[in-house]
Amino acid sequence: MTATTAHQTTRDPVLGGQGPDDLEASAQLRKAAKRRGRVKSVFFHVFVLAVTVVILYPAVWMLMSSLKPTSDIIGNISLIPTDASFDNFAKALSGIGGVSFWTFFGNSLFLAVMSVIGITLSSTITSYAFARIDFPGRGIFFTLMIATLLLPFHVVIIPQYIMFNQLGMVNTFVPLLIGKFLAAEAFFVFLMVQFMRNLPRELDEAARIDGAGHIRIFRSIMLPLMKPPIMTASIFAFIWSWNDFFGPLLYLKKPDLYSLPIALRLYVDQTSVSDYGAQMAMAVLALLPVLVFFIIFQRFIVDGVATQGLKG
Amino acid sequence: MLDAGAPPRTQQHHHHTTDRIPIVSLTDEATGTRTASPTSSPARRSRRAAEARAGYAFLAPWLIGFFLLTAGPMLASLYLAFTNYNMFAAPQWVGLDNFVQLFNDPRYIQSVKVTGIYVLVGTPIKLASALAVAMLLNTKRRGQGAYRSIFYAPSLIGASVSIAIVWKAMFIDNGVVDQIGQFFGRDAGGWVGNPSMTMPMMILLTVWQFGAPMVIFLAGLKQIPTELYEAAEMDGAGSVRKFLKITLPMLSPVLFFNLLLETIHSFQIFGSAFIISNGTGGPAGSTMFYTLYLYLRGFADFRMGYASAMAWVLVVVVGLITFIFFKTSKQWVHYSGETK
Repeated sequence: MTATTAHQTTRDPVLGGQGPDDLEASAQLRKAAKRRGRVKSVFFHVFVLAVTVVILYPAVWMLMSSLKPTSDIIGNISLIPTDASFDNFAKALSGIGGVSFWTFFGNSLFLAVMSVIGITLSSTITSYAFARIDFPGRGIFFTLMIATLLLPFHVVIIPQYIMFNQLGMVNTFVPLLIGKFLAAEAFFVFLMVQFMRNLPRELDEAARIDGAGHIRIFRSIMLPLMKPPIMTASIFAFIWSWNDFFGPLLYLKKPDLYSLPIALRLYVDQTSVSDYGAQMAMAVLALLPVLVFFIIFQRFIVDGVATQGLKG
Repeated sequence: MLDAGAPPRTQQHHHHTTDRIPIVSLTDEATGTRTASPTSSPARRSRRAAEARAGYAFLAPWLIGFFLLTAGPMLASLYLAFTNYNMFAAPQWVGLDNFVQLFNDPRYIQSVKVTGIYVLVGTPIKLASALAVAMLLNTKRRGQGAYRSIFYAPSLIGASVSIAIVWKAMFIDNGVVDQIGQFFGRDAGGWVGNPSMTMPMMILLTVWQFGAPMVIFLAGLKQIPTELYEAAEMDGAGSVRKFLKITLPMLSPVLFFNLLLETIHSFQIFGSAFIISNGTGGPAGSTMFYTLYLYLRGFADFRMGYASAMAWVLVVVVGLITFIFFKTSKQWVHYSGETK
């Protein structure tokens, strides 16, 4: 890998419009550069395609395996199923231990949607306080909020668990959702503070002169302008909630409350070594909403990562 | 300019990097608003009081969350770290016992070793791959956007239970990876059951998710002015020199951000190790990652005090690493104002 980029092959600052000798020389140089460019282009595509194959392989393998009987998955290198069938999916959809797949799906969906609502409400309000209101202690709280970004959450889970257990909230969704409604996910607050700080202050100053209070300014001026970060936060809030394993593992212990990742884990436990085909089908079904989200919002998601440093 | 929210007055001094590079200025205070002037008339004072009330009203949800879910529990776990507590009887003060035990607990030592190797080997490989692919993609060729999306996708799903199950199934005996190995004449058997192969398997899983740091690197690379490379070429600089003298220094803020976040992130790997080892950390403790052991101690053995002590050691270690990163960053992180 070199640091060379495309512009070097198309534009060379040394070659200006000089005498005829120079022109001929420059034409030759340009031809050489063009050839070099083509070689590089081939190299680029070969390499990038190779990376693509490696990246996509596990996903394709999962998809193909979900269509195969288990005997075809293990000890068979071919990706293409000899006789594709949806038997595995029928098995996966029939549920686990008397609980329907759709119960798990519904639990996951409920948690994800509530996460999105909670995070949108609480993060926008919190970010308004940090970005637009001048009050004593703001600097300290902002620093503390940033510090929680880097804090390993393991240091709070044990007392949290003890607390929720004493409140009788184990086996409810409350412990999984309360933090979302209290802006505990600092990344989203940070994202929105950053966005709001870049909005012109003249907007709120003009509104203040007209006699608007903070609630009006927040609701009628800021919120409508905050659509892009709300969108980004919602997408990530949904996907992170959908994939969350640790929280549901701690707090959901009754199968009819399980979210999909926990159900999937139970399924793997139960079927043990035997039924990889059904496991793959279940894995595909659990990932499907995330993949659909990704396909629809991919530009948004990837740009969000590029500009905000959001992790996957 | 290096954090998107820097106050506008600092932005105008920097031309080459935009305000979009995702560097978190972690010491930055909320400086967006104007501070009230020191002279305070009664009217101004009452206005400031109203502002303060409004501020705390808007901050109320976060404040409640912060004290209820973060600060309070942190203090509680600090206390628990010095006790024996099993949730059924009252906590029993044992002083430093838990910490002393930690360092005599072979399973704990194993978890530190496993996590250390994972962080020290996995993170550099992941970031190097991310940088290499980002540099390759940083051209004006067609399809760049599509490749960027495809390469990013694993970061979104990599930590899910589904992918952990897929990974496990791919690496079992006679599974697809073993089959490919056999094709090349190397019958390694299953990686999942082989204590010396589980770490490479876990590292491959994290390297597979190189997309997120890659996307961030790519955004950083796009900010490097092409004139720098052109000038260097006129001076006869080769690719290696250009990489070392231009790309790396110009990219160092992004590198710093990626390195810090990926490192902290790696310490906390849990789900995939849990699924792949069936919650045992096996075989032979080879996937006994730090947080997995913490979970087992706290929620399988109900040794809450011991697990709290583990959590606090983790916090201190992560805090120290963050501190060292920031301290040394002055030596190797260059902001564009300095390199121009």
